[in-house]
Amino acid sequence: MREDNSMKRTPTVGEILQAKGVSRRGFLKYCATTASILALPPSMIPRIAEAVENARRPSVIWLSFQECTGCTESLTLSASPTVEGLIFDAISLDYHHTLQAAAGDQAEAARHAAMEENEGGYLVLVDGSIPLANPGYSTIAGISNVDMLQETVAGAAAVVAIGSCAAFGGIPGADPNPTGAVSVQELVNDKPVMNVPGCPPIPMVMTAVLAHFLTFGTLPDLDKHGRPMAFFGTTIHDRCYRRPFYEQGKFAETFDDEGAKAGWCLYKLGCKGPITYNACATTKWNSGTSFPIESGHPCLGCSEPGFWDKGGFYEPLSTGRFDSGAKLAGAAVAGVALGAVAAASGRRRQAKYTKEG
Amino acid sequence: MSSAESTGARDYPFYGNVRPLLNEVLHAMDRLLETGEPTMIDLATLPFGPGELEHLEALLGSGELCATLDSLGASHIRETAYPGVWWLEHRNAADEVVGRFIEITRTPEILSSQDADITAGRARLEDQLD
Repeated sequence: MREDNSMKRTPTVGEILQAKGVSRRGFLKYCATTASILALPPSMIPRIAEAVENARRPSVIWLSFQECTGCTESLTLSASPTVEGLIFDAISLDYHHTLQAAAGDQAEAARHAAMEENEGGYLVLVDGSIPLANPGYSTIAGISNVDMLQETVAGAAAVVAIGSCAAFGGIPGADPNPTGAVSVQELVNDKPVMNVPGCPPIPMVMTAVLAHFLTFGTLPDLDKHGRPMAFFGTTIHDRCYRRPFYEQGKFAETFDDEGAKAGWCLYKLGCKGPITYNACATTKWNSGTSFPIESGHPCLGCSEPGFWDKGGFYEPLSTGRFDSGAKLAGAAVAGVALGAVAAASGRRRQAKYTKEG
Repeated sequence: MSSAESTGARDYPFYGNVRPLLNEVLHAMDRLLETGEPTMIDLATLPFGPGELEHLEALLGSGELCATLDSLGASHIRETAYPGVWWLEHRNAADEVVGRFIEITRTPEILSSQDADITAGRARLEDQLD
């Protein structure tokens, strides 16, 4: 098999680390950090060590369609270069038209070469949505996005939709969706597809996806939206350090009141944390510095499908325009006597924002 | 009003995320003593408010032993003031923290010399003697 022949030519990760002079102790450190990145329990470290040591370098083709390059920025500006860098050393990023030096025909030749050499075994990463209203809305080297996607995924082992645009259509797909933008999963139905949404996604999560594929040769367990459970299995609210204030019924009412200054819950200011599945609350951003709620701003829910079209960012969930609003509002009424007062104050605040423009 | 909150019989500042973790450590110490089973807690998966991680580290304090591993960046391995409870911090070459763990064990595995390294070292020594 061609796939097997190509895999035999590539070094294992163990060989790559050995060539870099990394000791077994260093390797254990690498595996402990990888387990942490993958959100796997530390008890998995020995299994990771065994799998990683023998894993072979997969080819990765990254396609960018209707996107803002924020996802690539997020990943490449990720400030933990060494361990994650090892993961990138351990993959072969064969095509990424923002990062690669080649352009035009040369770049496309590199993509075709990678597809041929690794047929059946390469990973396709996609950021950006795909316009169907008119393929000419977005082209690369004269090739429409939809044609490039379908050609490239034909020989792939799996496809990863990076960012909310690729996963769910994102802002190009927001009402009125002038380009007829669709997500990757709407076009690819004969390959495993994983969604890593977020605007942008957390760099660590993107790296973890690659690390998982590298380590186990498969995609991780996914939720109903095709997101990896390890990072999207709990809501922001579940892991929010301000959760105790929610339970106590202590809410910031405005961005500059005493509650906001004391770090109380931002539910009434429109926080979508209770219905947003993502890892921001623990993984955090900017080398673990903080995440939006820690910086005093409500979660926007950017990793949920269609978040752009679900009402104002500062509209409390209890006003019911997000899918789960009514249910959550009910829970809030029962739990913390929030209910009508919060909804009414939320609507007043919304009216105020609308009025102030 | 302060952001400090009383969360139980004793005052633990901030958001109340430290005390449950200390209880988990306590239970892990029981397990270590009773069955010898070690526990590793990945701090990256837990919610901490501003200052809580530093507070946790200060509460656990420093014990008799600390070590630095120099591989893929520095790692600091320190026994806390509570014997059998270790604080591990892994950094990358840019000195950024890439992993923090609490290990409840007699000796963290990463401190032990590994067979592969011993084998490689033995070969180097043999070469020197040739």
